[in-house]
Amino acid sequence: MSFTIPKEIYSGKIKEMSVGNGDKSVKVGGESTFPFLTFEGEIPNIPRIAVEITDVYPEDWADPLKSVYGDIMKDVSGWAKYVEEKIKPDMLALRLIGTHPDRQNRSAIEAADTVKKVVDAINIPLIILGSNHVEKDTEIIQKCAEAAKGKSAIIGKAQEANYKTFAAAATSCGHSIIALSDLDINLAKQLNILLTQSGFPAEKIFMDTMSSALGYGMEYTFSVIERIKIAALMQNDTMMQMPIVNDVGIEAWKVKESKDTTTEVPMGVMWEAITSMSFLSAGGDMLIMRHPEAVNIIRKTVNKLYIK
Amino acid sequence: MALSGIQIFKYLPKTNCGKCKFPTCLAFAMKLAAKQASLDDCPDASNEAKEILGAASEPPIRLIKIGTGEDLYKVGEEAVMFRHEKTFYNPCGFSRMIKDTDSTDNIKLIISNLNDFVYERVGQHLKVDIIYIKNESGDKDKFVNTVKLVQAGIKRPLILDSSNIDNLKAALDICADKKPLIYAANEDNYETMTALAKEKGCSLVVTSIQGGLEALSVLTEKITGLGFKDIVLDPASKSLSSLVQELTQIRRAAIKKSFKPLGFPVIIFSGRYSDGDRLLEANISAIGVSKYASIIVMNDTSREIMIPLFAMRQNIYTDPQKPMQVEEKIYKIGEANEDSPVLITTNFSLTYFIVAGEVENSKVPSWLVVANVEGLSVLTAWAAGKFTPEKITKLVKESGIESMVKHRKLIIPGYVAVLSGGIESKLPDWKIQVGPREASGIINFLKNYAA
Ligand code: B12
Ligand code: SF4
Repeated sequence: MSFTIPKEIYSGKIKEMSVGNGDKSVKVGGESTFPFLTFEGEIPNIPRIAVEITDVYPEDWADPLKSVYGDIMKDVSGWAKYVEEKIKPDMLALRLIGTHPDRQNRSAIEAADTVKKVVDAINIPLIILGSNHVEKDTEIIQKCAEAAKGKSAIIGKAQEANYKTFAAAATSCGHSIIALSDLDINLAKQLNILLTQSGFPAEKIFMDTMSSALGYGMEYTFSVIERIKIAALMQNDTMMQMPIVNDVGIEAWKVKESKDTTTEVPMGVMWEAITSMSFLSAGGDMLIMRHPEAVNIIRKTVNKLYIK
Repeated sequence: MALSGIQIFKYLPKTNCGKCKFPTCLAFAMKLAAKQASLDDCPDASNEAKEILGAASEPPIRLIKIGTGEDLYKVGEEAVMFRHEKTFYNPCGFSRMIKDTDSTDNIKLIISNLNDFVYERVGQHLKVDIIYIKNESGDKDKFVNTVKLVQAGIKRPLILDSSNIDNLKAALDICADKKPLIYAANEDNYETMTALAKEKGCSLVVTSIQGGLEALSVLTEKITGLGFKDIVLDPASKSLSSLVQELTQIRRAAIKKSFKPLGFPVIIFSGRYSDGDRLLEANISAIGVSKYASIIVMNDTSREIMIPLFAMRQNIYTDPQKPMQVEEKIYKIGEANEDSPVLITTNFSLTYFIVAGEVENSKVPSWLVVANVEGLSVLTAWAAGKFTPEKITKLVKESGIESMVKHRKLIIPGYVAVLSGGIESKLPDWKIQVGPREASGIINFLKNYAA
């Protein structure tokens, strides 16, 4: 028996998306093979990393995160600048957690004002995230989208209950959307269908299939991503060919283990890195992360995997 | 590859003699295909039939055992490319590298750390599974002494690595009964190495000096030709990107093409690609966990590296048809007492972990009653008719919670608010309170609740 490399034939391809303007713009997705497998298809863009900041001081963030940034976190534009200059991610993710009714319940105008400040502070592309409160996100997203008009940002997260508002906001201001579904491949597809049927271009949708942290359901996210990529690449299902975003930082730093700071490197850093790596192995195209050291580990690994 | 009943039938005597206790050879063939009978039951089966059907019934990736008795670690026997198709079966083993050039004190310290490090998670006791001893010095005495030191200090399956056969023999003289995995046979030494492994009853890593999977498969064919099959592959990939690609190619060749020469578990060395960076090494190991490594050798096994890797392995290797579960009981969170709130949830480990985590984060000491609904989430269990007023009533009555708290207030998940009427009518002393739908609302809920 002699060995021949067993290759898969892919009939589909993930859509390649462009975010941001000018020389800092970033391309995401575009692959025509499973992760790492460049011997049988193209991976034109390495997985992208966005680093997360919040509109209000994040009281609830774990200590190792707070100590990385210190007081900078109290000034959103300073924080945004710091991230761009020091961590150098592909994108910045601004989470408007202060708009949540259980938090500061900030208004659409206040939120839009924060978006404007961040837009003015950075050159890299921006991801604008609400607080995942369906009604409140619906209320604020149009104004926030306007505050970044023309910047080719990404706004999220559109859910089944509010996708129309997101689609309208994104269309009127030239942004893309992150569509969030509940850890279920059929629901993910359903939302993409609803969005495109409402007239929103498929070329501007990112999928968030809901990320769960390592040890807390990571395997569900992992398998949902793998199944989506199989449908997208092998069955050429055009409603599954949107790049996948994994919102890792928020999940990874929430778990009990990440509060352990008795080790040399805080456990949360590794929790975030390895959760991220798990999703990249399944087929994630973009990560939203928090800790610079975790970002660093992922970046080094990705460089070794993809850059010859 | 599995054969169909018709394919198997071709190899049977076709006399319908009935000695196998089946009326016809075809009926027997069907049972064989369904793995409900054994070819041994047909006394007239030819040797050819035994060989062909025997090979066909072998798993596409051979099961390999390292160690013996309580210190036995099994790898291989995987059957799928993607975990959702069936399940990843034998969890990859994490192996700690110890070099004989290290000082005795340092080796003792590593051993004592490994002994101390047992981590409990979802009912499993996790530890670094295997110890890898490398004859880095090339010196026989140093190697043997290190093996002695490790054996005296810790009970774990071993891997012995030396490029010098005499050194390996000397080390095996003191530990062959523990059935260590031997590293490694290559083009130059495979005959003596295979003879040694055969003699000692150990498994053997095979690696090609020439490199590449073609050369590796030529080599394993030569070795299996010598009548030895207990092989572990080291693809010795030149870069991280070729490693992950070759891991996939090996798995695919074995499973999808039934390519026997690569139908063995694979050992990887994360440190070969990490430039001495221990965090990068850990992350590379993580790729190994999800992408088909069976043994992962690491230079650093600190807590912050192993605990996430243990969690990842648990996730990747859970049976997707059988969710991870926690025990049905009352969990005490914080210094809960007779006035503390009582919450109820299901025993799906994910649900339990999320809810318990949020209750803990609220810093409000509480009792969490966990119902056995066969590992389903709250909504799924409700939809499946397993999380019902009857079930909850029975649990409240039988769990002992009524003697643990003075009050009679039970907090149920917001998604199953509809259950409250039903529970209250069955548990008239109890007042049912509907909690938030999402666990993220629990912190606020409990803070206000306690106040
Ligand atoms: C994965 C899944 C499955 C898996 C099961 C996995 C498992 N171990 O449970 C499988 C594929 C087996 C399955 C089967 C079924 N499922 Co199902 N499933 C899901 C899915 C996608 C995710 C469930 C999950 O894991 N959630 C995560 C866990 C952590 O959530 P949770 O347990 O509810 O806990 C949260 C809250 O309830 C809260 N919480 C939990 N405990 C407590 C306690 C207190 C005190 C408080 C305050 C809060 C709280 O905190 C948690 C985090 O926020 C959901 C859709 C969805 N996204 O919800 C459908 C879903 C639950 N399934 C559904 C159905 C109908 C079924 C089936 C009956 C048929 C079907 N359609 O497939 C079967 C029944 C199973 C059976 N054995 O007969 C429906 C239920 C609809 C309804 N409202 O009645 C859902 C909602 C899908 C849908 N939209 O149709 N399912
Ligand atoms: S014992 Fe063998 S030959 Fe006889 S009926 Fe069974 S399969 Fe056929």
